[in-house]
Amino acid sequence: MHPRDLLDEAMAGMLARPVRSALTTLGTVLGITTLVITLGVAATAGNQIVGRFDELVATSVTVEVPEDAAKPLVGWDAVAQVTRLRGVTSAEALGESKKSANLSVRSNNLLDPTRVTDQTLSVVAAGPALPAAVKGRLLQGRFYDAGHLARKDPVVVLGQQAAKMLGVTRLDRAPAVFIGNHAYTVIGILGDLRREKNLAGAVLVPPTIGKRFGLTTVTRVLINTSLGAADLIARQAPLALSPGNEGMLQVLSPPSPTRARDGVQDDVNALFLILGLVSLVVGAVGIANVTLVTVMERVSEIGLRRSLGAARRHIAAQFLLESTLTGLTGGVIGASLGVAAIVAVSAAKQWTPVLDARLAVAAPLAGALVGLLAGLYPALRAARMEPVDALR
Amino acid sequence: MPDDPPVIELDELTKEFPTEPPVRALSEVRLSVRRSDYLAIVGPSGSGKSTLLNVLGLLDRPTRGSYRLDGIETTTMRDGARTKLRGSRIGFVFQSFHLLPHRSVVENVMLAEVYGRHPRRGRRERALRALEQVGLSHRVDFLPDRLSGGERQRAAIARALLGRPSLLLCDEPTGNLDSRNTAAVLDLFDELRAQGLTIVVITHETEVSDRAERRVRITDGVLAEV
Repeated sequence: MHPRDLLDEAMAGMLARPVRSALTTLGTVLGITTLVITLGVAATAGNQIVGRFDELVATSVTVEVPEDAAKPLVGWDAVAQVTRLRGVTSAEALGESKKSANLSVRSNNLLDPTRVTDQTLSVVAAGPALPAAVKGRLLQGRFYDAGHLARKDPVVVLGQQAAKMLGVTRLDRAPAVFIGNHAYTVIGILGDLRREKNLAGAVLVPPTIGKRFGLTTVTRVLINTSLGAADLIARQAPLALSPGNEGMLQVLSPPSPTRARDGVQDDVNALFLILGLVSLVVGAVGIANVTLVTVMERVSEIGLRRSLGAARRHIAAQFLLESTLTGLTGGVIGASLGVAAIVAVSAAKQWTPVLDARLAVAAPLAGALVGLLAGLYPALRAARMEPVDALR
Repeated sequence: MPDDPPVIELDELTKEFPTEPPVRALSEVRLSVRRSDYLAIVGPSGSGKSTLLNVLGLLDRPTRGSYRLDGIETTTMRDGARTKLRGSRIGFVFQSFHLLPHRSVVENVMLAEVYGRHPRRGRRERALRALEQVGLSHRVDFLPDRLSGGERQRAAIARALLGRPSLLLCDEPTGNLDSRNTAAVLDLFDELRAQGLTIVVITHETEVSDRAERRVRITDGVLAEV
């Protein structure tokens, strides 16, 4: 028997009763659709959350340095040791203290009874690489550099909010702010911070100036890594910053992406996977049932085929192929519906749909497998039939 | 061609059904059918006609005895070989036609070449030729339920002819037909026989058996020439 003939006969058998065949595929369609949606939406949602982490959190590492009265655990120049680590894109040290968090700052020395000129702002000491470390940009002016530090220039950079509160809008006349009794030249305004957004309301001073406000030691180191390097840098940074005291430093690193993804999938999947599998089993039972009915209805056709020279295996192969094709059809329709549903859900939630190509291929195959298994018993019954009985 | 072996040669063929007590449906049947013979097997119902037809059609195995088809001993053959032999040498014509309802006439005829080693190429043309032979060229794309009974039986005969069988085995071929259609089918048998086909017809209608050149009667499993 030519394989094409076998296929033709099976197709003709299936298409002879199109409505029944369509109804038969329904169970498989439901099962496969449920499975594809479950796996697809979970993958999409999981990837979505990871994608959000990827942007910022997954690359941010913060090292907290506890205050130690005896000697500073991390020096201001230790940041250079972190910056040279492979995988670090930028890093800078900050010095903050409770005392300097509420300092009175004003933009001129006039006493104006009609206005509140004093603002209570936090003064933070930071190294010159801070704009990169907080992923911000200078709205005006410039940030201080190594030269300012070396000369101990009395300069400050204001955070965006702080500048607004102090009424500093232009830098071309070199405005000054008064902290305590001393004046400091404002050389830049830092804004659009994506990390440490509270610094937008702070006055940033070079470490050399910070000493005047008691900001002698580094309390925090901000590190940005390239994607995927956060775990490694989180382990290496304490060693680089403070060899010998690395255990005393506290590292805040992002949750590992795999854990985030697993968490999401575990929540969504289990129930729906079971639901999909149950639907598949129901679909298989449906196919088996209908195929069995079909076999019983087509007894005389089986007899005729045997009289035309069909061997038992030809009969079995035909019914097996019919049920497999039924399952495959259900699988193809189910996979299509599932993919469409994933795209629709993604569109509604403004996610990027994540479609595993293997899933799109495996789903129809799973349907075909269901059909094949469901067809085994009916095909066996058909093949076992004696031609004499079948023709009676 | 006297050297040719007979198409059918039965020798002491016996078929018993293992009931309690055993039923002997065929009792030491001897029969020889030569090429181009037109044989009618008659007998009342329950006489063993159908059992004989099933054995002749290789659908059933005899309990004892020998059955040679075209000189080939069939009783010792395995199932697969019998199926092949059945497909290649025997054309069946049934009382109820056994046409597949959802296939056109020509597709039904083409079904005869699906099993066995037949080339796919030219199958439709061969089927059309067989339909022409039975005078059904004007109905090739009809579904069977649009045909009259006689036309259905002619379509079934065309299907039986497609495999170029040595033997046309007909089981009450006119049982479901009115007299006009019966006459048309019997005319067709005459034509086919004239073309050299061997025909064995099982019937209980005298109208059919009278047209055959040779008649045998089977009564309680015993075969006798009439």
